[in-house]
Amino acid sequence: MPRVALAALVGAMLSIAGASYQGAFRNPLADPYLLGVASGAGLGATIVFVIGRANTNGWLIDPLPLAAFIGGLIAVMFTYMVGAAFGASNSSRSSITLVLAGVAVTSLATAIQTFVLYQNNDVIREVYSWILGRLNTATWQDVRLVTPYIVISSIVLLLHRRQLDLLRVGDDEAASLGMQVGRVRLIVVIAATLGTAAAVSVSGLIGFVGIVVPHAVRMMAGASYKRLLPLTVVLGATFLILTDIPGRVLTHGAETPIGVVTAFFGAPFFIVVLMNKRLSQ
Amino acid sequence: MSSVALSRLSVRYGKRTVVHEYTETIKPGDWLCLIGPNGAGKSSILRAVAGLAAHTGEINVDGSPLRLRTPRRRAELVAYVPQSPVLPDEMLAFEYVLLGRNPYVSYFGGESAHDREMVHNVLRRLDLDQFADRELGSLSGGEQQRLVIARALAQEAPILLLDEPTSALDIGHQQQALELVDRLRRENGLTVISAMHDLTLAGLYADRLALLHEGHLVVAGTAAQVLRAETLAEFYGVSVTVHHEPDGTVVVVPRRVS
Repeated sequence: MPRVALAALVGAMLSIAGASYQGAFRNPLADPYLLGVASGAGLGATIVFVIGRANTNGWLIDPLPLAAFIGGLIAVMFTYMVGAAFGASNSSRSSITLVLAGVAVTSLATAIQTFVLYQNNDVIREVYSWILGRLNTATWQDVRLVTPYIVISSIVLLLHRRQLDLLRVGDDEAASLGMQVGRVRLIVVIAATLGTAAAVSVSGLIGFVGIVVPHAVRMMAGASYKRLLPLTVVLGATFLILTDIPGRVLTHGAETPIGVVTAFFGAPFFIVVLMNKRLSQ
Repeated sequence: MSSVALSRLSVRYGKRTVVHEYTETIKPGDWLCLIGPNGAGKSSILRAVAGLAAHTGEINVDGSPLRLRTPRRRAELVAYVPQSPVLPDEMLAFEYVLLGRNPYVSYFGGESAHDREMVHNVLRRLDLDQFADRELGSLSGGEQQRLVIARALAQEAPILLLDEPTSALDIGHQQQALELVDRLRRENGLTVISAMHDLTLAGLYADRLALLHEGHLVVAGTAAQVLRAETLAEFYGVSVTVHHEPDGTVVVVPRRVS
């Protein structure tokens, strides 16, 4: 049971975060994984593992989600700055630039993480099983840990769905219609990163959910964020519960990590999105 | 109806000054058209009034400074139609025009029944109601341009800024769009500031023209005062003949040089 609950929470969060990043950056390829949020959060979490979970046991607030949040936020800000500095605005080229910046940030975060791990051999196994995504060890403790973050983050994002629709016409026009674009973008990115970090801190890195689910919803229900965001929550929860089944059932004994399953379906889907320029708005 | 007074308006991008201390007064319900070669600063003036370009100097609407307003309050006064509007392919026409209601919707709120009714009215007035549920990507250039004007109209702002509203349209749709703006100006008492390349059309529709060159005002006045062959030759580097029709229309015709 905790495993299903956690899959639902994480799936909903990664999906709404993906849709929100896509809106905030006006980039159909944005996703917590590709923007470097997940790996930044992973680095933050690794540092907590290295300090030792035993040492942090008595802490009032579990530092794992917070470290993941800080790592994820630094990563996404970095990606955005690099992407904005080198991408022409309002073009498909800038979409690609942002993703390339995300790849660079991901590599950097992963390199630092690997370095930290090899200095601390004792936690490698623990961290790697975590990186690949593990819902199999889920406990009610995990569910209790992340629920507040995911609920707050999702509510903030849902409240901004009209603003995300306004952003679809670009920064200038949204500003001329009275929106404070920079502020809205910052709030959305912080909220999406907080929720993603919380999700990542219990489930590990589960890729492509944030890109598959929002685009599937767009195909079914249209591109308006007013409908998109609530539907991604529902479909995202369903999607991750379903993709967790092969991991549980197919391989007895040695489980298939869920990150492998989502990447198996998600990567081809990503290529389709990349080819389909109609989704670029 | 609202008046607009620009006083020593300057716009800088980095170290480059693109508008130098431009001063102009537009009477309520008037149409001012900014003309001048590329890089003259026309778009920058419009962007400054729309609150999109940092500037020095004063922009007063009915005597009160625009910069003291929040972005939302400013959007109640000034509607801006950019040169190349972003039209998301998959957005529905109704949703698009509804965005114009943003200044009147609270931050976390949704559009009211009044907002929706207002958008339906605007679509009907502009003969666009049959497109309400169509995706923007499926509409023609002329229909899209009318929707952009419809969005500005849904904003209910007394001041309308148009940056090259006809540059992407054929001659028939150019006339249609400008006739529409002129009609709305009379019916709603809008004050219009536009930037335009077509000098004959500019003279035909605007009450007053302002010729700018490299950020400086060269001359402002009626079409007959501004559209003179020697002036245009000097600042556009173009060879033209200027005809004056009996009804007062000024027609600018390019001449073959060789």
